[in-house]
Amino acid sequence: MSALATDIPVVARSGWTRTQWAGAGLLALILGFAILAPMLFPADPLRQNLRNILGTGDAASPLGYDHLGRLLTARLAAALRLSVLISAAAVVTSAILGVAVGVLAAWRGGWVDRLFALLADSFLALPGLLMVLIISAIVPTTPLAFWIGLTLVLWIEYFRLTRATVRRLIAAPGVQASRLLGFGPVYIFRRHLWPELAPMLLTVAAFGAATAIMMIAALGFVSVGMRPPTPELGLMMVELLPYYREAPHALVAPVIATFLTLLGLNLIAGGRRA
Amino acid sequence: MIRALGYRAVQAVMVALLVGVLTFLMMQALPGDMAFRIAAGRYGYDAVNAQAAEAVRQELGLDQPAINAFGAWFMDLLRLDFGTSVISGAPVIDEIRHQLGASLQLAGAALALSLLIGPPVGVLAGLRAGGGLDRGLLLVSTALRSVPQFLMGLILIVLVSIHLGWLPAAGYGKPAHFILPALTLALGLAAVSARITRDAMAGVAASPFYAFGRWKGLSEPQLFRRHGLRNIGVALVTFLGLQFAMLVEGVVVIEAIFGWPGIGHALVHAIFGRDVPMVQGTALLLGLGFVVLNALVDLAAHWIDPRGNTEVRT
Repeated sequence: MSALATDIPVVARSGWTRTQWAGAGLLALILGFAILAPMLFPADPLRQNLRNILGTGDAASPLGYDHLGRLLTARLAAALRLSVLISAAAVVTSAILGVAVGVLAAWRGGWVDRLFALLADSFLALPGLLMVLIISAIVPTTPLAFWIGLTLVLWIEYFRLTRATVRRLIAAPGVQASRLLGFGPVYIFRRHLWPELAPMLLTVAAFGAATAIMMIAALGFVSVGMRPPTPELGLMMVELLPYYREAPHALVAPVIATFLTLLGLNLIAGGRRA
Repeated sequence: MIRALGYRAVQAVMVALLVGVLTFLMMQALPGDMAFRIAAGRYGYDAVNAQAAEAVRQELGLDQPAINAFGAWFMDLLRLDFGTSVISGAPVIDEIRHQLGASLQLAGAALALSLLIGPPVGVLAGLRAGGGLDRGLLLVSTALRSVPQFLMGLILIVLVSIHLGWLPAAGYGKPAHFILPALTLALGLAAVSARITRDAMAGVAASPFYAFGRWKGLSEPQLFRRHGLRNIGVALVTFLGLQFAMLVEGVVVIEAIFGWPGIGHALVHAIFGRDVPMVQGTALLLGLGFVVLNALVDLAAHWIDPRGNTEVRT
């Protein structure tokens, strides 16, 4: 499930491809639904109405109702907001951590570099899902545990990429010249390192967000993630699975939403110019 | 090569330290009195009293300060002495050995199946880069990657077990029980390995030496055996090492869904019951498994392509 090193382009180019725009469009559609649904169909995603059990769509909830008569539209929008929020937070913190440590390691070199590389390799040896599971047993609040756990999983990829790139750039004539002219590290990072790093980091970020959303849903699905009655994609699927025969539309909604979100992210990450 | 293996050994110790710190934190973070929780797990919630909890406290040494506990904890870990499961009371090593067999069967079947599907398709697509099969593969593998493994399992259960009624949805013991979980895992793995093979094959097929081989009259199968196979081998073998992580994550989720009595199933239960020795043993086993496997990958890559450059690859 984790983004693999082999997926990352060696040479980054600016300009988005049509595939990437398609992915961004898909993602915008999902986010639009997640944000607009509570305004268009205002409702409490936890309120039960046993007269509407497994009902089909109507004006209040176009996607229908679940096994407790809760509004699926409101629940799906809330679940998407939760997944996107946690994964976005994890992507941002892991990017900051990974890039900072990566630049530090490549810049200082020597034992600092070797120590961080060893640390990253050791983190890599623990499967990401295992890390998130253990953190969830340490930190009592589930969203916070996901955030910390996913950050610890995702930072490695940023670190490895940043370290490899910065190492190459620092030896290049451009950076050498800037250093000789007396420019400080901040200037060198902004003018020389960041423009090279940014497009590659986008790929890692999109894969990382996809990984995060998959893990949250997978753990919800096997009942060790978010707790009911919180609306969460994996949790919704496992709750609605027993009612598949009576109400296939109820199960299909979270499945399609998850698939489209991940597809959008994968298209952004993988649709680069060859 | 020696240096690369030495690095793997240091990495193994670091992994052990990491697992030690994480599981120790996990134990410290348990809410309430740990002795009571463990006693409740052993004797049932109605049968717990202060005496039972005190007995557990003495037995497990829970009354000592944290730093002593960590020292003892880590020394035990380095000796691979995991102690006993706080829930079943059986030695952790026995429990793991028991579950590992079932998991290895499943993982092996999935890996074999994915190798049958992924690389051959990747080779065919890579030989004609930009052709119909190549574009189709890109489409299918992108779509497959957007389906999490648990969702793939769910879809297969709904389609094959519920609609068609061909195979059992869950269970263990009969050959029929293998097909769905192994296929679920294999499809996800094959989607990635086909892309990796395709990229490597396209690179080799576009190279001057491949064109030269064709020019001097080798047939396509000869050309592939002599000049293609070994060159895509390194990429594929390196990828297999990384695939282990995907496989382990898949196994944890897939076993829970299909009711497979393996190590992933046990891990989820151990986390749920806060069975720290079990979590520790399992995490250490998986982490060290990754390190050992990657050491083997280093060796294999060196054997396939002995032209120096024996850096650590992951």
